[in-house]
Amino acid sequence: MIGAIAIGLAGGVIAGLLGVGGGVLFVPGLVIFLSLNQHHAEATSLLAIVPVAAVGAYRHDRYGNVQRADALLLGSLSLAGAAGGVGLANALSGALLRDAFAALMVIVAAQLAYRALRQPSKSSVGPRHEHAIAQDPLGGLCGNTAAAPDKDGLD
Amino acid sequence: MAIGTLAGLFSGLFGVGGGSVIVPLLVLWLGYDERSATATSLAAIVFIAGFAAATQGLYGNVNVSDALLIGVPAVAGVLLGARLQQRLHTRAIALLFAVVLVASAVELVTQ
Repeated sequence: MIGAIAIGLAGGVIAGLLGVGGGVLFVPGLVIFLSLNQHHAEATSLLAIVPVAAVGAYRHDRYGNVQRADALLLGSLSLAGAAGGVGLANALSGALLRDAFAALMVIVAAQLAYRALRQPSKSSVGPRHEHAIAQDPLGGLCGNTAAAPDKDGLD
Repeated sequence: MAIGTLAGLFSGLFGVGGGSVIVPLLVLWLGYDERSATATSLAAIVFIAGFAAATQGLYGNVNVSDALLIGVPAVAGVLLGARLQQRLHTRAIALLFAVVLVASAVELVTQ
């Protein structure tokens, strides 16, 4: 129980800081520290993502950033894909799924490193400013590795 | 439609939200700015991850108590992280974390 809370908290903080995916943290955390198998870890990660995405979407919506119609459309159009993805995941062996997930982690790591090295050396500034919400990487928890623009570096 | 299908497949297959697919495609194909893309992606993910989790539930794979134990503290964590981001130099943290991710990937495969 403490392990799960620690994974959630740590994953949340990292996601908030870096805008990387929650799933990419939750899944290995569940496998390595809580000994879930790959299928159970992925399924559990999906449910854990829901409250985080909901809070993030709510916060962004208050600032008028959410294109509601498109979000609904995207959400509904993705359902068949999601069912297919889940079916596919369950058709694959745990070992294959785990290896594919490990490859995904390496890709995310490469993206992160590329982004970090590309930005100017000062990546953060003291005072809060208008970019705060743009940078608010709540989205990060949901696998959004591309959404944390490094605007701070320009200030 | 293609974005939705791809994002759904990605999310369902890997147990992640699908934002890393949705955001770039919204920017590239539909001309979104990053902020709107992130925000809209998040709202879509609520449906995608919720539905994918429900489908996984039918397979009996979802551990609900672990999901709550992770998801609820994660909300607090991400709010804290977003706040800290304004004060910290994230570059070194990002590089360090990239190393941790690769190490975890190795651990995942070899354990």
